[in-house]
Amino acid sequence: MENRVPTGAEKLIQCLEREGVEYIFGYSGGAAMPIFDALVDSSIELILVRHEQGAAHMADGYARATGKPGVVLVTSGPGATNTVTGLLTSQMDSVPVIVLAGQTISAMLGKDGFQEADVTGITYAVVKHSYLLKDAADIPRATREAFHIATTGRPGPVLIDLPKDVTQGPCEAPFVDEVDLPGYHVPSHGDDVAIRQAAEILSNAKRPVLYVGHGAVISQAGKAVIRLAEKLRAPIVNTLLGKGAADETHPLHLGMLGMHGTAYANKAVDNCDCIMAIGARWDDRITGKLDEFCVDAAKIHIDIDPAEFGKMVTADVAIAGDARLVLEELIPQVSTADTEAWLDQCEQWRKRYPLKYAKQGGLRAQLVLDKLHEVTQGDAVITTDVGQHQMWAAQFCLSTTNRHWISSGGAGTMGFGFPAAIGAQLGCPDKKVWAVCGDGGFQMTQAELATAAIHKLPVKCLVINNNYLGMVRQWQELFFENRLSGVDLVGNPDFVKLAQAYGVKAMRIKRPSDVERILSEAQAYDEGPCLVVAEVVKEDNVFPMIPAGAPLSGMIVEKPKEQMAKPTGST
Amino acid sequence: MSSPTPIQNAPGFRPIAPGNAEKANRDLHTISLLVRDAPGVLVRVAMVFSRRGYNIESLVVSPAARHGFSRMTVTCSGDPAILEQMIKQLAKLVDVVHALDHTSSDRYETEIALIKIRCAGEERREVLEIAEHFSAKVVDYAAESVILRVYGGSEKLDAMISLFSDDAVVELVRSGKILMTRALEVT
Repeated sequence: MENRVPTGAEKLIQCLEREGVEYIFGYSGGAAMPIFDALVDSSIELILVRHEQGAAHMADGYARATGKPGVVLVTSGPGATNTVTGLLTSQMDSVPVIVLAGQTISAMLGKDGFQEADVTGITYAVVKHSYLLKDAADIPRATREAFHIATTGRPGPVLIDLPKDVTQGPCEAPFVDEVDLPGYHVPSHGDDVAIRQAAEILSNAKRPVLYVGHGAVISQAGKAVIRLAEKLRAPIVNTLLGKGAADETHPLHLGMLGMHGTAYANKAVDNCDCIMAIGARWDDRITGKLDEFCVDAAKIHIDIDPAEFGKMVTADVAIAGDARLVLEELIPQVSTADTEAWLDQCEQWRKRYPLKYAKQGGLRAQLVLDKLHEVTQGDAVITTDVGQHQMWAAQFCLSTTNRHWISSGGAGTMGFGFPAAIGAQLGCPDKKVWAVCGDGGFQMTQAELATAAIHKLPVKCLVINNNYLGMVRQWQELFFENRLSGVDLVGNPDFVKLAQAYGVKAMRIKRPSDVERILSEAQAYDEGPCLVVAEVVKEDNVFPMIPAGAPLSGMIVEKPKEQMAKPTGST
Repeated sequence: MSSPTPIQNAPGFRPIAPGNAEKANRDLHTISLLVRDAPGVLVRVAMVFSRRGYNIESLVVSPAARHGFSRMTVTCSGDPAILEQMIKQLAKLVDVVHALDHTSSDRYETEIALIKIRCAGEERREVLEIAEHFSAKVVDYAAESVILRVYGGSEKLDAMISLFSDDAVVELVRSGKILMTRALEVT
C-alpha cells in the first residue's frame, strides 16, 4: 500500500497541503467526486457551503482577511458556472483565489456530456490565469503555478479545470517547487530614476495628497504611508478598498475619497497640486469626470501592474513596483515641504463639512453603523455587501488595521458580504468579524447561515433593513423624478425568524435607544453566528455624493432642492 | 437544383479595393508576440482585442525557433492610445513572453497571397502580364483559371489584386503580414 501510486485527486490534495491550505470551500458533485474522496484523508478541512457563489466569496473573504489564497472546490457545469460571480469579484479587486472545478471525462470534452460546460472558456475574462488539465502528470506543476500566479504581483483568481478521468487515474509526477513561467514578470523594487523624480515632485509640492488603494493593503504599505505623510506633512485619503491600509484615525487622514467619500477628502483632492496614487487605479468612482480631475496637479502613480499606467490617468511619474518597497526607497529621498497652510485648509474643510446625519425621525442606518464602530472599537474585521449600507459603513466605521475592511469594490457584488465574513472568520478565529449587509444583498446568499451555524462560527451579521434596494432608490429619487422601479423589496422575510430557523441567534433593533445594547450583546456572543436586523427608516440617502460622471467639484453634501439631471457616468 | 452562388457574389464578400486598403493602412499597427505554445493562448490574446472593440486585420501564428513557444504577428488598426493599453494587457498575460508594437521600428515585412483568377483565351495573356510585373508565380494552370502566388509587402499585394476585376477573382487567400526587425534586435 505504501508504494501505491496516488490518484490525480490524491496528488492534487497533497499539493494543496504543501501549499499550506487550511480550508477548502466547496460543494460536491459527480465530476468532482474523486477530489472530495481524497479530502477524506486530508488535513484540509472542507467547508461545505450551500451555494457555489457562497464558496467563492468565502474563499475571497478568507484571502482578503489573511493574505493567503482562498481555495474553492466545485463540480462541473453549473457547479463551476456558479463561481463566475465570485471570480469576477476577486479579479476586479485583485484577490488570490484558486477555483478547482471538476470536469467531465476528457473523452467527453466538447461533446455536451452531462454537466459539461466549457468552464475555461466561460471564465477567460474573469481570471488572472487558468488551466484545463488533460494529463494527471500536469497536476503538481499546474497547482504550484496556480498558487504562484494567484498570490504574486497583482494577485488574482486562477481556475483549474480537472476532468474526472484525470483526477481518478494515477499520477506519478513528482511535486514541483520551482516555477518556470517566462512570460510572467513581477516588478518589486521601483526604478531608481522614477523614485528620485517622484521624491523631487513631492518635496516641492505645496498641496500634496497621498491617495491610498487596495495595493497598499496587499503589500502592507500602510506604515510606510504614515511615515511618508508625516515626513511630507501631507494628508492621506483612501479608496473604499484602501481602508485600513493606513490608520484612518491618524490626524493626517481625511478618510475615504470619491463618490461617497468625505467632503474634506474630496476637497483636498480637488485642490491639491500633487497627488500620489499608492496601489490605486484611478477608478471612475474616485475621479468623477476624468477631464476635470486634478487637471493642474502633478500625478505620481505607484502600481505593481504596469498595465494600470495610462489606463485612466497619465501620470507624470509612474513607478512599477511593490507599494511598500517603493515607499521605503522613496521616504529617505523626500524633504519636508512647507505644507502647514495646506493642512490648515484641510482641517477647516474637515470642521466645515463633517459627516452628519439626523438624530431624529426613527432609526437611522448611519447611527447603527456609527455605534458599530464604537462597539467594535475599530478592531473588528468588517465585511460589507454592496449599496447604501456599504457606503455608510465605509464612512462611519473608520478602519485602523490592515485587512480589517473587506468589501466588494470593483465588481460591486451583492451577496458578497455575508459569505466573505464566514471566510474571514475562519481565517481569523481570534477576531470579531462583522458582516454589514443590506436586506437585498443578504438574501442573495443567506442560505450560508447554515454554513456558519454548522461550524459554530461566531460571525456576526448586521442586516440594515430598509425594505428597499436603497442605493438604486436613491438614484431614482435624485435623478429619475422619484419614479421608483424595481427597488421595493416587499416580501422580505422576518430575518429574525429566518435566522432562528437555521438555529442562529437573532436580535432586532427597532429604536435608536436599543442600538448600543443589542450590538454589544452581539459583539460579546461567541457561541455561534448571530444575526442582528436593524429596521431602519425606509427612505434615507447617502451624502456626500458626486453624481456619476460629474467632476469632484460637483459634489453635493445634502439633498438638492431641485431635480438633478440624469448622471452621465457609468452606473 | 440551382448552381451554387459564386463566392465573390455572396453577401459580405469584398476583395480589398484600393481605396479601402489605403484607408486601413493609414493607422495600421503591427504587433509581434512571443507566446508559450499552450492551449487557450490564442483566445486570451484575441480577447484583449475584442473586449475593447478592436478589429484584428490579420493574425499569423507559427512555431518559434525555441521549442514550446509560438510567434504571433497581429495587424490591427485603431486609436494608438487604446493600442498602447492593449499591448500592456497582452504583455500581462501569463503565457505571453513579450508583446511589441513595431509600428515605428526598422523592420522587414512580408505577406504571401494565392489568387485564383478566372481567365480563358485572350484574358489569360493580360493576367500573366500582370503576374510577371509583380513577380508572381503561376502555381496552377487550368482551362479557365490560373492560381498566382505572390509575396512581398502588403501594399504590393493590394496593388496587384486591385488590377483584377471583382468578377475575375474567384478566390483570394492571404497569409497575413509577418515581420522581423532588422539586424540583431529581437522581434
